[in-house]
Amino acid sequence: MLWFEWTLATRLLREGRAQSLLIVTGIAVGVAVIVFLTALIGGLQAQIIERTLGTQSHIRIRAPDEVARPLRAGTGQHLLSRVDQRAQRLRSVDQWQSLVAALAGFAEVTAVSPLASGPALARRGSASRSVALMGIEPAQYTRIVPVPRHLVAGRWQVAGNDIAIGAQLAAELGAVVGDRIRLDAGTGRADVFTITGIFELGTRELDARFVYLALRPAQALLDLPGGVSSIDLRVRDYLQAEAVARRIAARLGVTAESWMTINRNILDALAAQTLSSNLIRVFVALAAAFGIASVLAVSVVQRGREIGILRAVGTQRAQVLRIFLLQGAIVGLIGAALGSLIGGALLLGWDALGLARSGRGAFELQVTPALFLAAAALATVVGMLAAVVPARRAARLDPVEALRNV
Amino acid sequence: MSEPPVLELRGLRKRYAVGTPGEVEVLHGIDLRLGRHEFAALIGPSGSGKSTLLNLIGLLDTPCAGELCLLGEPTRALDDGRRTSLRGRSIGFVFQFHHLLPAFTALENVLLPAMARGRRPTMVQRQEALALLEAVGLGPLADRKPYELSGGQQQRVAIVRALAGRPDLVLADEPTGNLDTQAADAVFALLRRLHQERGFALLVVTHDPRLAGRCDRIVELVDGRIRSDASR
Repeated sequence: MLWFEWTLATRLLREGRAQSLLIVTGIAVGVAVIVFLTALIGGLQAQIIERTLGTQSHIRIRAPDEVARPLRAGTGQHLLSRVDQRAQRLRSVDQWQSLVAALAGFAEVTAVSPLASGPALARRGSASRSVALMGIEPAQYTRIVPVPRHLVAGRWQVAGNDIAIGAQLAAELGAVVGDRIRLDAGTGRADVFTITGIFELGTRELDARFVYLALRPAQALLDLPGGVSSIDLRVRDYLQAEAVARRIAARLGVTAESWMTINRNILDALAAQTLSSNLIRVFVALAAAFGIASVLAVSVVQRGREIGILRAVGTQRAQVLRIFLLQGAIVGLIGAALGSLIGGALLLGWDALGLARSGRGAFELQVTPALFLAAAALATVVGMLAAVVPARRAARLDPVEALRNV
Repeated sequence: MSEPPVLELRGLRKRYAVGTPGEVEVLHGIDLRLGRHEFAALIGPSGSGKSTLLNLIGLLDTPCAGELCLLGEPTRALDDGRRTSLRGRSIGFVFQFHHLLPAFTALENVLLPAMARGRRPTMVQRQEALALLEAVGLGPLADRKPYELSGGQQQRVAIVRALAGRPDLVLADEPTGNLDTQAADAVFALLRRLHQERGFALLVVTHDPRLAGRCDRIVELVDGRIRSDASR
């Protein structure tokens, strides 16, 4: 199939080596830029998302906000009023145990963990810091936020009066593993806890405020006897979190917020970044396409006589068209292969120089076979599309005119 | 019963648009029949319409009026695809400038019409092409590219290419016009020999009265009309 067209296309490309090399180089540079840029931006974005989701749940179920309900004026009456928003006190999610069971029944949900969280004051000696108490069931919670992976001192033991605190908080309190600190939730309840682990989640705010303790002492401190302030969820596909949250809210009548709603600014920034990198890809592809088209257009003019000979010996217009389309596809494919190699080498160099791992901004370059396949497919399609106009011109060439121009 | 002609032209006309307004008619109703084994010359001064007529006969161009029958098949109403197929199957071309593809060897150039049918040439086709090249003394040069051959050798390859598909009609446009006298005689003698061996109809356009005089029939075209048509 297409044996004749393939033979002609490859021979013509080989014969016009200088031109072919020029187009292939142009495409290779374009593909290398696309491969490198995609791996780099993909890695950066994955890191941002991982960092965001590494310290929070995909979906959080919480008690609905309390709202003020002013008196309504009766018929024929006028009521002048100013309605103040209600202060939100810490309340438990209604019937959370049965809710946990219901949430676990959702196919998309992979982990469910109840949480009793609220503000408190941590004291050690004369030092005191405002903290966020995170009362958890460790086995469930670590399936959502893998805190043990971030331990920098001690061990992960959150039970009874054993707690884990952030590295920044430990530094500010001058505490180490084994030290005891006093936690006061401001409800008249306070207790002394032993630090068994110190973690570093990588976000300064969290490392300065988070205190992980068991659910029961947290409930006691926060005056939530038997209650939880929220239920954290992890879902199979974090990009579907918003849709799953909406489904849960609709079906169970609860307030469900996805990480996408909570971190809208991050998502907007990622979208802007994706848009700008897509624009770069489009312009690189366009530049390559114009390069291919212009070189092939010159080739059609130069090869007019040969096209005339081909037509004279019985070559159909469609065959001539395919010969030039194939030339576009072949230079696209070879350019893509070369460009992938160059892009791969650039990524290896980037990795070897440790540019992706400098400082705290360490991230993995997203290099996958799919990236190279996509680049090859893109370059081949762009090559063929760019060849359409010159190929049509070649196919329409009048053989009499072509043979006359010797 | 007499054999049907390979080529039959009836009232063939061709006009060209030349600016606005106006058209110029270069062929004014040509009638011509060419039998299966004829070896005919088409002569005439420059601008008489010889090349235009040859392009029409070769199905490279279409007439404005009249009919052109090739092997008894009317061709005027055929679309480009069918005309191209018919041309590839039935007509062989020999041009003044050899018109070989520079990227292909001599043998591949000879096989070009077979390749244009979209399939890899068969062993039989390759052997036949090689035998033809041997017959014209180019067997050892079959793998050479055109630029590695002399002008006479290139023209011999072009003649072999025109004959490789066993066409019924061979059209030669000044086949010796670009060669010195010795090479021209050799090429003409080759055309003559192959014509006798393979029995195709041949129409050769030439300015050279010496060459035309060696053809069996001379058709003279003047100002787009056949002035004389004589057989020897």
